[in-house]
Amino acid sequence: MKPAPFDYRRPGTLSEAIAALAGEPDAKVLAGGQSLVPLLSMRLAAPSLLVDINGLPGLDTIEVTGEGDEPGVRVGALARHAAVLASDDVRRVQPLVPLALADVAHATIRNRGTTVGSIVHADAAAEMPVVLTLLGGSVEVEGPSGRRTIPADELYVGPLESSVGHDEIAVAAFFPALRPGAGVGFEEIARRHGDYALVGAAALVEGESVRVGFLSVSDVPTVVDLSGVADDELGDAALAQLEPMDDIHATAAYRSQLVRVLTTRVVRSAQEMAREGM
Amino acid sequence: MSEELHDVRLTVNGTTHEVRVPARRLLSDALRHDLGLTGTHVGCEHGVCGACTILVDGAPMRSCLMFAVSAAYHELTTVEGLANDDGSLGPVQQAFMDCHGLQCGFCTPGFLTTITAGLRQNPHPTHDEARDMIAGNLCRCTGYQNIVKAVERAAELAGTAAGESPPEPPRPGSAQLPSEDRDEDTASTGLGA
Repeated sequence: MKPAPFDYRRPGTLSEAIAALAGEPDAKVLAGGQSLVPLLSMRLAAPSLLVDINGLPGLDTIEVTGEGDEPGVRVGALARHAAVLASDDVRRVQPLVPLALADVAHATIRNRGTTVGSIVHADAAAEMPVVLTLLGGSVEVEGPSGRRTIPADELYVGPLESSVGHDEIAVAAFFPALRPGAGVGFEEIARRHGDYALVGAAALVEGESVRVGFLSVSDVPTVVDLSGVADDELGDAALAQLEPMDDIHATAAYRSQLVRVLTTRVVRSAQEMAREGM
Repeated sequence: MSEELHDVRLTVNGTTHEVRVPARRLLSDALRHDLGLTGTHVGCEHGVCGACTILVDGAPMRSCLMFAVSAAYHELTTVEGLANDDGSLGPVQQAFMDCHGLQCGFCTPGFLTTITAGLRQNPHPTHDEARDMIAGNLCRCTGYQNIVKAVERAAELAGTAAGESPPEPPRPGSAQLPSEDRDEDTASTGLGA
């Protein structure tokens, strides 16, 4: 269980980091490494080069945006899950982020892992890709031709595959603010506390609009629209738009049952938040 | 093909070490093999078991999920750094001894580092918070009841050492276990409280 050899660079500036990636299609960016290092150790991945961005200045930021910009929170590429989870600003502006982060692995992993890293790692069993997709957030990436913004619905193209180019570095993720009168909910079921979820669900209720995002159901984060569906039909209505998968952890039938149960629960908690405020 | 080696300066338990390692050297292996600090144990080597947990700038992290080359810029604390300055057991170590918190001992270094940091963040954990503090560490001997007791005992010991008035009455769910748990504890260890 040791990684295969790779070259290693630890640049001091973003432009050096982008230059290091150029011409290295098999390179990977190392931030927190909490998903990447196990893949390397198990030799499921063997990049030619790791570009360690932990030395880049100004990327550990958590900022509230607004005043001219779209209101929300912007999380930099080196902000650790633990810092984002502990941020009062994030909790106030978009409570779905800490609700979901509390279920990201264990505190020890959250001390090193980064929220942006988790988003661009594009694991359909992870929490933050679903949160970003449900909220209609985005990722800012920088590459040789400058900076661009990728909306969440164009980010996930397949299992562990995102539309971030191999020569680009994700520098921040943007989570839109919760609108007044809206509510969110999050819940997941895992075999062991802190483990990957068998199924997880996040709900966003805004006026008449009811949308629910699922993790570990498909091979990419999946959001379904349940606006106008009666409360006791939510689970079946969600299932009609999903095809839960079989794998070693759970059968498709069990996942379907979890979808039914969790959909009802998260929509109910989101409706309560919408009614009562945070 | 010879692999490129990197000169890395690691600061562990206040001492600076120079090592020359390939980039792929896991921090856990650098501590054990290059520095001879074998107190840090390696269990699953993919971040699940928690045995290799060390403190990085005071925060618990998995040393098997970091590379030694990335650790150069941090203050590292391993289980070898948890004893008191006079060499006696630190409060968490003493609590494990008092409460029979270890059996085979393989997982213990990861628990000790995790709890040391956890009590700094939350010096008076409730019973539930004590359980949550160690939720990311596995003990294959399944000695969890006594490990939870050790967390609560360590909080008492650390509080006393820090000059807090020692006879702090146990809060509900804190030093005393809820009664439904207590029977199970006594039965499983034969040691009682």
